[in-house]
Amino acid sequence: MKKPIIKGSIRRRLSVLLTIVAGIIAIFLFFLIQSVARQIAQSSQDNILLASAISIVDSSRFNKGEFSIDLPYSSLSMLDTVTDERVFYSIKLENKFLSGYKLLPQADVFKSNNTAYLSSHFLDQDVRIVTVKRLFSINNQPVTLEVSVAQTLNGLRKTLANTSRVSLIVGVTFFLIAAILSFMLARSAVNPLARLTRSISKRGPKDLRPVVAAVPAEMVPLVSSLNTLMYRLEKSLTRSEDFITEAAHRVRTPLTVVRAQAEITLRQIDKPRNRKNLKEIIRAIDESSRAAGQLLDHAMVTFRADNLALETVNICQLINDTVDRLRPLADLRDISLEVELLHPASVLGDPILLQNALYNIIDNAIKYSPIDSKIVTTVSSVDEKIQISVNDTGPGFNSDEPSKLIERFHRGKNVEGIIGSGLGLTIVHEVVEAHKGHLEIKNLVGEGACVSFFLPSH
Amino acid sequence: MRFFFLTFTLIFSSLSNAFEIEERAYFGSETTKSKLKIISTADIKYFSPMINSFLESNPNHGIDYTVASSTDVMNAMYGSQTSYDLIISSAMDLQVKLANDGFATTYKPNININMPSWSIWNNMIFGFTQEPAAIVISKKAFNIDDFPKTRQELISILRENPARFKGKMGTYDLRQSGLGYLFATQDARATETYWRLTEVMGQLETNLYCCSSDMIDDVVSGNIDIAYNVLGSYANNHPLRKKYNVVYPADMTTVMSRSMILPVNSGNERSAKLFIDHVLQTVYGANAKNELYNSDLNSFEETSLNRIGLGPGLMVFLDQFKKQKFLKEWERAILQAD
Amino acid sequence: MRFLLIEDNISLAAVVENRLSLDGHVIDHAKDIATADEYTATTEYDLILLDIMLPDGDGRDFLASRGSKNLKTPIIVLTARSEISDKVSILDLGADDYMTKPIDFSELEARCRAVLRRKGGSAQTNFSHGNVSFDPVSALLKVGTENVTLRTRELRLLELLISSPGQIFSKSKLVDRLFSYDQSVTENAIEVYIGRLRRHLVDADLSITTIRGLGYKLEKSELL
Repeated sequence: MKKPIIKGSIRRRLSVLLTIVAGIIAIFLFFLIQSVARQIAQSSQDNILLASAISIVDSSRFNKGEFSIDLPYSSLSMLDTVTDERVFYSIKLENKFLSGYKLLPQADVFKSNNTAYLSSHFLDQDVRIVTVKRLFSINNQPVTLEVSVAQTLNGLRKTLANTSRVSLIVGVTFFLIAAILSFMLARSAVNPLARLTRSISKRGPKDLRPVVAAVPAEMVPLVSSLNTLMYRLEKSLTRSEDFITEAAHRVRTPLTVVRAQAEITLRQIDKPRNRKNLKEIIRAIDESSRAAGQLLDHAMVTFRADNLALETVNICQLINDTVDRLRPLADLRDISLEVELLHPASVLGDPILLQNALYNIIDNAIKYSPIDSKIVTTVSSVDEKIQISVNDTGPGFNSDEPSKLIERFHRGKNVEGIIGSGLGLTIVHEVVEAHKGHLEIKNLVGEGACVSFFLPSH
Repeated sequence: MRFFFLTFTLIFSSLSNAFEIEERAYFGSETTKSKLKIISTADIKYFSPMINSFLESNPNHGIDYTVASSTDVMNAMYGSQTSYDLIISSAMDLQVKLANDGFATTYKPNININMPSWSIWNNMIFGFTQEPAAIVISKKAFNIDDFPKTRQELISILRENPARFKGKMGTYDLRQSGLGYLFATQDARATETYWRLTEVMGQLETNLYCCSSDMIDDVVSGNIDIAYNVLGSYANNHPLRKKYNVVYPADMTTVMSRSMILPVNSGNERSAKLFIDHVLQTVYGANAKNELYNSDLNSFEETSLNRIGLGPGLMVFLDQFKKQKFLKEWERAILQAD
Repeated sequence: MRFLLIEDNISLAAVVENRLSLDGHVIDHAKDIATADEYTATTEYDLILLDIMLPDGDGRDFLASRGSKNLKTPIIVLTARSEISDKVSILDLGADDYMTKPIDFSELEARCRAVLRRKGGSAQTNFSHGNVSFDPVSALLKVGTENVTLRTRELRLLELLISSPGQIFSKSKLVDRLFSYDQSVTENAIEVYIGRLRRHLVDADLSITTIRGLGYKLEKSELL
């Protein structure tokens, strides 16, 4: 049977797509967490900077028009508590620099609470700067105090590195879990297909009943088509069988009449020449009926072998039955049929096909053996196979032919005068092959032929 | 770009380009190419053992060791005349300022030891001593165990015996000594007794000194009986140690850590790093020994120690407004002047 | 022998009847099972020839109902199908033997003989004369006290001759009767078999006489 062409895989596709989606979500999660973490970290830093700046602003005083400011110790030390940071500050009154780092950049986008933030650069370091404004009224003049506090980003960076790590772990873990789940999901999604396959595979070769198990909605079209196909196949098979039966009947019944009539006529005529002619007619009838029979048999064998029904067959009994059926035929020619059952044996197969094959072989042997001879059938066991051999004392096979004899309609070179259609051995070969065995044809030393077939023992 | 023309306003009276060199000595090989120029506030006699031990492990080095006051050390950096390879100072606030202003190179010491957390800042400043501020009390002035052990006790004794101790007190001149200013501001921060003590000392016409060694010498010679906020390490290592008691105030002892900075404009970073490693290894390593590293303190409860922390907080007292205010108050208290 | 032929095809039945009566058999023909049942109820048959395809029910039903009808007559089935087409073997259905059309009548005869032999045979076919007794079914020839086992062809030859004692059988006719059509056999072969029979019948009250130019016949000796 030709293997179906594989293109892609539903399960793999599903897994891959789900994994890709999971990957996208994981990456999105990663960036999302990063962004949120960054915002939180930044706002924490900003809050501390703001606290520092405000503590400085709060320590400013105007005393008799004179400005003084008393930095609290904590205003700068609070910026260094968790990680070591370099800290910069600047105090400006009415844009005039008073104290701190003169060149420290100011943040100038002020929010409603008079605070502004700026990320910038100072003394070769990335810094975050907060600027706080406070208005004083001195001698009815508005005076603006601006205090900026800045801090390097060691702590911030460390926090971000940590959250990076965490968000990476979250992302990767999520992705791994999602990937595993998607594989499992894909597999389970494809399960109904596997179940359907199993239930169909379990069927015997002739089981063409429709599939009645419940299936998911998406598989309904498939199962319907399958059922329709099986229905049509069943019908077609039945038609074929019926056709063969009908053909057999239509062909054989008239032939029977003709042949009987010929025999009757033969008894009634005396002239040798007429007798000879009539005998030829009878022979021709026999040949055509044998041919028809074998054609029909061949068709049936092919059909039956394709859907081999399997049961345990007792080989010895099969041989005995076959030989018994052929005895009357052999007796007609004074040929004795002997059986040597060297080994009890059984095989797994179709008993009717096997019997038919054996019948063909022995029938063949009877036809070609001389009158008053012996045909011996033996059973033996070789390796794990059963060997059934039929030996005769006929003319044997032409030695360069054996494999060709199995070919359809081929007849050996030394069969002149003997009625045959050439399909006998073909049929045997087909039956044996269907049972996973093989056929051997050889000539015996001296005179005669040996036809053996081997079948796996059961 | 370096902001060498940074103008930060620290009010120092003398912002001259030249600075006063107190001592200078050369150690090690003269011909070597690996020369180390160190500027430091530590006296040669206290630091030479460390230098020598370095040269033992790292021969083929030469060390040009200059001693100056902490203020002058700062000037040397900002003035940028000569480039130094290592800055050693006891003025922790000035060290922090230097580092914060971008004069220090970051360096992760190449030693296999866990250094205490208070000893390193930002991988720029490396503290290698723990030196307490002590009260040196002449044995002649007191009976055996009668001397004050806390600031409160000192205040009481001084108040009760003004005549006895008039002119017999000594402490740092904050206007001259960076370390003195540091000790004073840390004291004031930590205890409320500081200002009271200063007032009392002012009433007794306390003498003002630039340095601990001078104070100790005067105690030994008898010029003064009590020196307040003296560098405990110097006090312990003075040859005439037996003549006085070194008291760590039991109410609270301020502890300073002398530290090293690797300047950005160093000409010999490699050797400087070796030196830093050596010092840290010697002090914090397995067989730690150092005269300046006062291991007495290891037996103290950590809570009674006021360890001065390396950090930007120290810059607060360097702010011009703050410093101005503090000095004004101090002058008023110690000089009894308005 | 007395046959019952159950066959619905009239022309086939007619020709089979004619052919079998050439050999001296008596044949009754029933064209369906109902008729067959009537016949079997009233007559004892030696053998039933049954066509498996019948109008009023498959021949299988007839086979199946054998037991209930208590029909002991052996049945040989005539079928147009070969066994490969069958789902169940005809023998398993209850037939004693079967033949695939077209019928080779010599084979049919041999099978009938075999079936009857198995079933015990009928006494009608026994023949005896003087010191000779002959049972064709069991192929036993008794001459005096001697038991002679005959080979198939000898047996059939003797049976033929005995069936019509005194009748002259030509060599050609004997060849017809004894050999199948695909065998090219000369008439001299007959002489060989005649010779063998004669040897067996040396002391018998039967003899085979040659009529020159015409053939052979069996003669019974006068019994004393």
